[in-house]
Amino acid sequence: MTDARTTFSSPLDLQSVRADFPILSRELAGGFPLVYLDSANSSQKPRQVVQAIEDHYLKHNANVARAMHQLGAEATAAYEGGRDKVAAFIGAPSRDEIVFTKNASEALNLAAHTLGASLKPGDVVVVSEMEHHSNIVPWQLACERTGATLKWFGVTEDGRLDLSNIDELLTEQTKVVALTWVSNALGTINPISDIAAKAHAVGATVVVDASQAVPQFPVDVSTLGADLLAFTGHKVVGPTGIGVLWGRYDLLASLPPFLGGGEMIEIVRMTGSTYAAPPARFEAGTPPIAQAVGLGAAVDYLSGIGMDKIAAHEHAIVEYALEGLKTVPGLKILGPQDATDHGGAISFALDGVHPHDVSTVLDTRGIAVRAGHHCARPVHERFGMQSSTRASFYLYTTPEEIEALVDGLGFVRKYFKVD
Amino acid sequence: MQLDNLYQEIILDHYRSPHHAGLADPYDVEVHHVNPSCGDEVTLRVELDGDTVKGVTHSSVGCSISQAATSVMSDLVIGKPVSEGMATYEKFLELMQGRGNVEPDEEVLEDGVAFAGVAQFPARVKCALLGWSAWRDATAQALAANEGVKNA
Repeated sequence: MTDARTTFSSPLDLQSVRADFPILSRELAGGFPLVYLDSANSSQKPRQVVQAIEDHYLKHNANVARAMHQLGAEATAAYEGGRDKVAAFIGAPSRDEIVFTKNASEALNLAAHTLGASLKPGDVVVVSEMEHHSNIVPWQLACERTGATLKWFGVTEDGRLDLSNIDELLTEQTKVVALTWVSNALGTINPISDIAAKAHAVGATVVVDASQAVPQFPVDVSTLGADLLAFTGHKVVGPTGIGVLWGRYDLLASLPPFLGGGEMIEIVRMTGSTYAAPPARFEAGTPPIAQAVGLGAAVDYLSGIGMDKIAAHEHAIVEYALEGLKTVPGLKILGPQDATDHGGAISFALDGVHPHDVSTVLDTRGIAVRAGHHCARPVHERFGMQSSTRASFYLYTTPEEIEALVDGLGFVRKYFKVD
Repeated sequence: MQLDNLYQEIILDHYRSPHHAGLADPYDVEVHHVNPSCGDEVTLRVELDGDTVKGVTHSSVGCSISQAATSVMSDLVIGKPVSEGMATYEKFLELMQGRGNVEPDEEVLEDGVAFAGVAQFPARVKCALLGWSAWRDATAQALAANEGVKNA
């Protein structure tokens, strides 16, 4: 590892970044310092985000829009301010293109439900084998409801999307193409713009699951080629309980409502109702107000550091981790073997030790990883595996933590006597 | 969180060579149970002889805890009346939910006492219960089917 260490270089001042995340200096059972390698699951939160939420609850709390008093106006401004910040963060041409949901899953369900309203037998929806379950199941449900057919891109041996049959998958029958930008299990970064161009050529709508993309690199939806794009707050150092669906305004304006309730209506009569314009049309009920404040603070925090620098750091850490993991005997990395177009998550199998056992042993040394199928069972099946162990990284991950992981895996092998 | 409390030698032995592994004929009912959160899967067959568990065989993919627990469970219920197997399950469940405060009864649980340490790892309790849940389901189905035959 000595050689690799000398080559590690990041544009971030890790010490000052880590100082913003109090949890990272926690000690766990046995006196081990926390080594948090599960950020693809949920990222940690900087003090700035928690303080923004606290400040909102302690000083400005009220319901939005419908509350006509001063606090109501402040809460509304705070909530809508979150929308402005998110719009700017992902390059949305208009704030009205940002719909707040409860998480990325709800955003994708919203997409599948509303786009699904116009599907019919003979239509085709295309996903991929490397999707998170939340970008498979909503489309399966939409196809079941409408009689449309679900098809999917396969995955190549080296963990890339298999585009060899793209012309068979994308035809005039194809109405929706729903793809992940960055695989949560393999780390693969997919060529969304290229595929979107081909999908648009046959008249399909392009939905992108950007849950692992928005946290990791600069995103500009105005040039991406997607029509709808989903991500979640808690993976971008924001709070849980809030997700985002971005959509081209004219598309959103053409879609029917998703959930019914307060704030999404125009006029309600007992004989029928008319609906508000986007984004309100898709935000029934009291929205995640404090969460929008927190998410606004989160994207401000990331912008302050610089998404280009965060992307460069992720790339350096992934490269370092791939190198380190390759030194562990009997370890097989799923998906791309080098850092080219590789997001900040690496899944692997360790010969002779089940992933749950790997993660339990690592956990007793303070190292938090994820074990299982990471809500991506089909891609594990594709590689003939039932589950894997996943280490994932973020702007606060240090090379020393990667070394702790590699050392920890050596300990796992000794403990289970697979040396 | 002492690792050796979790990974007792008995558990690792059962993991390396699980008892009654490999699906066998004849059988009354086959079930397939999964832990959706982690992906462990077990296929399990039960054969009853009246109210007695004549045979249990299984085939599974999963961690050391789930594989070993299924192996130990098979040893504990085979040849016993169903009611005794169910009572053993209750004892095992009590141990698993005891957060380390339940003294295991070796008379009843035999090799199952080795799982006492699992109770201190809340994330792993469901691993130890997967095989049991499959057996209980298969056995209940087999009993119901037998009941149906009797009443017919």
